Amino acid sequence: MPGTSSPHEAMTKRSKERVGKWLVSGPPLVYLLFFFAIPTLIMVLASFRTPGEFGGLAPLLEDGKLDLNLDSYIRFFTESVYAQIFVKSVWYALLTTLFCLLLAYPLAALIARSPKKYRDLLLLLVILPFWSNFLIRVYAWMIILGPNAAMARMVNGALAWFGHEPVPLLFSSFAVLICLVYVHLPFMVLPLYANLEKHDQALLDAAQDLGASGWQRFWRITFPLSLPGVYAGAALVFIPALGIFAIPDILGGPEDSLIGNVIKQQFLETRDWPFGSVLSIVLTIAALALAGLAAWVGRSQLGTPSSGAPARA
Amino acid sequence: MALLEIQNVSRRFGDFTAVDQVSIAIEAGEFFTLLGPSGCGKTTLLRMIAGFDLPDGGRILLNGEDLADRPPEERPVRTVFQSYALFPHMSVERNIAFPLQMARTPSAEIPAKVDAALEDVRLTGFGKRYPHELSGGQKQRVAVARALVTHPTVLLLDEPLAALDAKLREELQIELINLQKEVGITFVYVTHDQTEALALSHRIAVMNKGRVEQLDQPSKIYSFPTSRFVADFIGTCNLLEGSVTASNGGTVSVGVKGLGPVLVATSLATGMTVGPGASGAIALRPEKIRIAASTPHAGSDAASDTATENQFHGTVTDFLYLGDVTVYIVSTPQGCKLETLLANSGAGRAKFFEVGDAVEVSWSADAGHFIAP
Repeated sequence: MPGTSSPHEAMTKRSKERVGKWLVSGPPLVYLLFFFAIPTLIMVLASFRTPGEFGGLAPLLEDGKLDLNLDSYIRFFTESVYAQIFVKSVWYALLTTLFCLLLAYPLAALIARSPKKYRDLLLLLVILPFWSNFLIRVYAWMIILGPNAAMARMVNGALAWFGHEPVPLLFSSFAVLICLVYVHLPFMVLPLYANLEKHDQALLDAAQDLGASGWQRFWRITFPLSLPGVYAGAALVFIPALGIFAIPDILGGPEDSLIGNVIKQQFLETRDWPFGSVLSIVLTIAALALAGLAAWVGRSQLGTPSSGAPARA
Repeated sequence: MALLEIQNVSRRFGDFTAVDQVSIAIEAGEFFTLLGPSGCGKTTLLRMIAGFDLPDGGRILLNGEDLADRPPEERPVRTVFQSYALFPHMSVERNIAFPLQMARTPSAEIPAKVDAALEDVRLTGFGKRYPHELSGGQKQRVAVARALVTHPTVLLLDEPLAALDAKLREELQIELINLQKEVGITFVYVTHDQTEALALSHRIAVMNKGRVEQLDQPSKIYSFPTSRFVADFIGTCNLLEGSVTASNGGTVSVGVKGLGPVLVATSLATGMTVGPGASGAIALRPEKIRIAASTPHAGSDAASDTATENQFHGTVTDFLYLGDVTVYIVSTPQGCKLETLLANSGAGRAKFFEVGDAVEVSWSADAGHFIAP
């Protein structure tokens, strides 16, 4: 009966609501706690500890004292080679993001404009590479770029024509970059497609009606409206590209080590876990800072929050 | 020579003929409306004038120049879209400045022109708002301001008021009429709403199945529809089927089933003359029929004593109270149903007649209009 419930009934109702809320938000919280918060805390703690004599970590308590120090951080900030590798990694990730954007934009636009019945098939083709193993796809590039493959012969044949020495394609920055772009391309295509597919044709008609040429329609209407998709795609490409180690390992030369390789080295080869943790933390902070910066730039450029207030009737 | 000439224009989509040999000449400064049900080809015709679609046959001339080779961005024609199509990432100001920038207007002149356009549509002070911060009526006005700011030769409006509620629609109709007078630009307006077309236009082309059924002034179209479709589509109309039995100068007598002989003046508007034997229908608007309580000593059911009056007896079988007026359905003893309208002018009285009341309906010969098939 409405309006006649006793205080007791009201309380059980309220506590039921509370239980309901926990049931809904509980599992994601537990998930984040176990798979994000706790591992990060372990890493942060490890970064302040001393490496063990035979790898791993030295005991946390020594002679009844907590063995926590800033040695690894000091090392990172005093030995410039790590900062250099960091800058190089950011540069590679930026280049990868840029090339992915240049290649993915026309592709996403074409798919978004193709007849509806073909779109699902075309999207399936975009994500088809995911069906084979990542390492196998990277090794495939070893064959494609190998010295005896058609591509190397063509490039070097052309270079010989101009009297240039042959160059190896494999184990070079070029190989690393081309594979970085190849691997991350779908992550740029999908958010761009999701954005472009929603564009209203009437806006382009209106722009044309108001005197805008094809280029003007693109730069004044389509591109600004697709920026949320561009930022999403850029984040999805930039962040994993920044930490990648397998591609430089397999396709790169000795000069192509990126921060991911150094981190892997610290954990698996040098077995200096605290220093590896420091590098990982710096990497995480750098990625978060750049993503936050991109989001901030994106919001201020769009002028309005994406979840704009609903229009008044 | 007319400003905008549509000459024998056709457009086919596969087997479907959307626009079928349409010829219309629109004068400079005119408020011209294309009216018709959905699928009649009016929007296709509008898109061909704007340049988004090209005719399969025929020509569209603006100031005597064939527009066929000019893409939409190069035509001095602007469109107000049904969805308004305001650019969501631009403020109202930047939306209105857009066509000026496209026309390479010196940037120093743009703010003054934008302000003037905003003033024209009574939105001064709204320049910094974004489209999502505007109401439907405000968006519509911004779309009109944006289309008019470069002073096009012709403004096309594609059902611009369809998404608004009735009250606001009426308000904006009056604003559109005043705006059109003020700027003096030719408006070509597309709508499926006949009251809107009657209220706004200087002339109306009623379209059906890709063809123009009738092209005339609103009052002519309403009073003298030339086809059953127009009579039926514009407002409410009694269509009394019958054939001409006698002709007498400007008046003919039509034998209507269930009613008897009805006098109709023929040569009023169309100048059309019909001889005995011609079959067709009399279009008779409900408001032109007078309705009165039956008097016991009234004359016979047949065509009445005077030569210009039609008078019949009947019974009220239904009524609809609409507030300002009441619609009565009157049935004659022979089964003919007539829809009549009576203004509720009496103070405090909801209606005059009840179901079952015996009434007398009458109208003059020139109230009806004979449509030959």
